[in-house]
Amino acid sequence: MVEAAVAMDHAGHAAPARGLTRWLTSTNHKDIGTLYLVFALVMFLVGGAMALLIRAELHAPGLQLVNPGFYNQILTVHALLMVFGAVMPATVGLANWMIPLQIGAADMALPRLNLFSFWLLFFASVLLTSTLFLPGGAPAAGWTLYPPLVLQSGSAFPVAIFSIHLMGASSIMGAINVIVTVLNMRTPGMTLLKMPLFCWAWLITAYLLIAVMPVFAGSVTMLLTDYFLATSFFNPAGGGDPVLYQHVFWFFGHPEVYIMILPAFGIVSEIIPTFARKPIFGYDSMVYAIASIAFLSFIVWAHHMFTVGMPVAGQLFFMMATMLIAVPTGVKVFNWTATLWRGSISFEPPMLFALAFLFLFTLGGLSGLMMAIAPVDLQYHDSYFIVAHFHYVLVPGAVFAIIAGVYYWLPKWTGHQYSVRLGQWHFWLTAISVNVMFFPQHFLGLAGMPRRIPDYATPFADWNAVSTIGSFVFGFAQLLFVWLVWRCARGGERATAQVWDGAHGLEWTVPSPPPYHTFATPPELR
Amino acid sequence: MSHAEPSPGSAYYFPHGSRLPFYGSASLFVLMAGAAATLNGAAAGGWILGLGGVLLAGLFFAWFGQVIRENQAGLYNDQVDRSFRMGMMWFIFSEVMFFAAFFGALFYTRQFAVPWLGGEGSKGLAGLLWPEFEAGWPTNGPAALGPRADGSFDVMKAFGLPAVNTMLLLSSGLTVTIAHHALKSGQRALLKLFLALTFLLGFSFLSIQVYEYGHAWHELGLQTGTGIYGSTFFLLTGFHGLHVLIGAIMLVVIWLRCLKGHFTPRQHFAFEAVAWYWHFVDVVWLGLFVFVYWL
Ligand code: HEM
Ligand SMILES: [Cu+2]
Repeated sequence: MVEAAVAMDHAGHAAPARGLTRWLTSTNHKDIGTLYLVFALVMFLVGGAMALLIRAELHAPGLQLVNPGFYNQILTVHALLMVFGAVMPATVGLANWMIPLQIGAADMALPRLNLFSFWLLFFASVLLTSTLFLPGGAPAAGWTLYPPLVLQSGSAFPVAIFSIHLMGASSIMGAINVIVTVLNMRTPGMTLLKMPLFCWAWLITAYLLIAVMPVFAGSVTMLLTDYFLATSFFNPAGGGDPVLYQHVFWFFGHPEVYIMILPAFGIVSEIIPTFARKPIFGYDSMVYAIASIAFLSFIVWAHHMFTVGMPVAGQLFFMMATMLIAVPTGVKVFNWTATLWRGSISFEPPMLFALAFLFLFTLGGLSGLMMAIAPVDLQYHDSYFIVAHFHYVLVPGAVFAIIAGVYYWLPKWTGHQYSVRLGQWHFWLTAISVNVMFFPQHFLGLAGMPRRIPDYATPFADWNAVSTIGSFVFGFAQLLFVWLVWRCARGGERATAQVWDGAHGLEWTVPSPPPYHTFATPPELR
Repeated sequence: MSHAEPSPGSAYYFPHGSRLPFYGSASLFVLMAGAAATLNGAAAGGWILGLGGVLLAGLFFAWFGQVIRENQAGLYNDQVDRSFRMGMMWFIFSEVMFFAAFFGALFYTRQFAVPWLGGEGSKGLAGLLWPEFEAGWPTNGPAALGPRADGSFDVMKAFGLPAVNTMLLLSSGLTVTIAHHALKSGQRALLKLFLALTFLLGFSFLSIQVYEYGHAWHELGLQTGTGIYGSTFFLLTGFHGLHVLIGAIMLVVIWLRCLKGHFTPRQHFAFEAVAWYWHFVDVVWLGLFVFVYWL
């Protein structure tokens, strides 16, 4: 089957187009996966540069680099770019590359739609970034875009809203593609419960995306009409309520955080068995855990709103529901740990990042549990504690898993083995600095430092300085990663088809790099 | 891959590369930039918006034209057909969730926000802002927002034109089903007739809605700016109307394809997709009729 695919390529059919045309017009899932991944990396660096600016401003009390208005703009754009431009597209890129290879499909089910999703995302990001340069500057209300503050934006306002509409459309199309591919394109014999966990995680992520992106589109549409058509959705004078926005936004927003973490769960569930050289512990329970997390994520949204004055019954409900999520999450952490138990573990870069994920994501989940307790969240809310929480789940959580995934599959994509030593250097610098950067933010938050401010009281100075130092080490350590990926794409020791001796699954049966077209005929499952 | 033999039932058809996705994204970019410029009052805004609209129309012609050609050439096997079906169902699900956001807003304001503003319950603190405000529905809020100087407005009555519109849309759901049965049993004349009836009913619905909007805007004092009632009324019915328009246009396209002899009793995914969409629009209307007009 592998030979067949290679032979066809030699026959010269549908070889990739040349030059730029290839990237503008290719509907090949591998090309589109590469586009998404490169795009995400660029956005990660752009968003990261903004973060360094933020941290530089916060290095010491007082205002030194930027004015407060611009600070708020850059904070807002940093978050939106990282969420919609870096983390989500990176996971979509991995899905594009790996899902067809893992389920033995020749391509994604709807290839033209696939390319459309990518380019729409690209143009939407151009729109979003352009808001920084428009009169009045970018929206400055934070990524949650709460009214009435966000309604004070200048002419960037409709541009930002429309960019969100386009990003939403792009995500929905991408998600439809993933669902249809997974449900309709599996090679015969691969039943749903034989599917790699990465595909399961993405299947459920795609379902979440289709369910909540339209709600986000609806919520920002209401902002738009409040601004331009005099509607009163969020205006009490006309019978509306700004809290309504928060409900609609978080109905999207909470599932959105799982949209970022579930693919990460999937990646880690692929890597840990490979490098522990044991099958995953409790495959079925892993699937049920992802499904329960997805279900629960729809009924916990108001844990972001404990301070807005909900009725007590509401507070209690959302508190209990939120704490319930710890159960399926705990199942996953337990299963990963049990997979490691008595495994013959080796510590190549993918495994190092996956292990760091296991510890540090769990730490972020635990601070989440603390904040889920409504009465104590009155203290934590809008402080640096929550900044620490979500950066722990997103950076050493989602981002580490993505990096682990890249280290895991990079030899497959490029056909070259990278320098494991360099990867280990990258890992240790990153893993140490991420803690130097974010751990002190727990202390700052508990001591009462509010989030989203460019200046602060002097007692917060020391830990802020530490955090800033960590952030710069972290930022520059990522250049090592960029260099490593670049080098690996250009050349290096040839990688075998299996790449890692403990790796199992269809993606490891095709050569590295895989021919442009794989699985023209559905492969046999062994 | 491009090697798919053009006989149905063989390999899954994968397109060669395509220029349309990039072109389409660029068109949407122009459209959205134009819309934003228009909203900001820029002089060229309308032109850019119009250009974006033309480009987008071109996209639809080119894209669906290509898909129809591939389909007529017999490139799509049953598995491709299944992909399209699933894709359409999930797309409709996403549309359901879009409307859910606005229905949610309606229920939340009616159930919570407005009573709280009226001083009800433990959250009634909000009522201190406007002690005189009596909660009720429909309302344009404590400040009685709206076009009339005295802050009054009239309600859109359910059992006038909206009831007629309900009848129109429900019958169009019936006619499209009859058309579908006709297609499956090979009665082409009946198919064309009932499909035409369906989109005619759709366009009649739209005409009545346009009339009703004019009436509301100019005579009832009911505008988007008429407090939360006007907001929910226009956004919910407006987005629904937009979907009826899209659905009706799709019905016309399908009808034209029927005239050209497309579709077989066994293979007619496009017809079914449009019929599903039309039923979805129908169901949303029922929700609107009950919760926006009637109760
Ligand atoms: C056990 C799991 C989790 C629990 C119990 C939890 C709980 C919470 C709570 C209660 C808040 C609100 C705090 C406040 O505003 O006062 C919060 C905020 C947040 N969480 Fe989590 N969380 C969990 C996992 C995650 C994961 C996996 C992610 C992302 C990958 C995430 C991302 C966020 C973000 C981004 C915010 C801040 C939103 C904002 O206000 O800007 N959380 N979390
Ligand atoms: Cu949450």
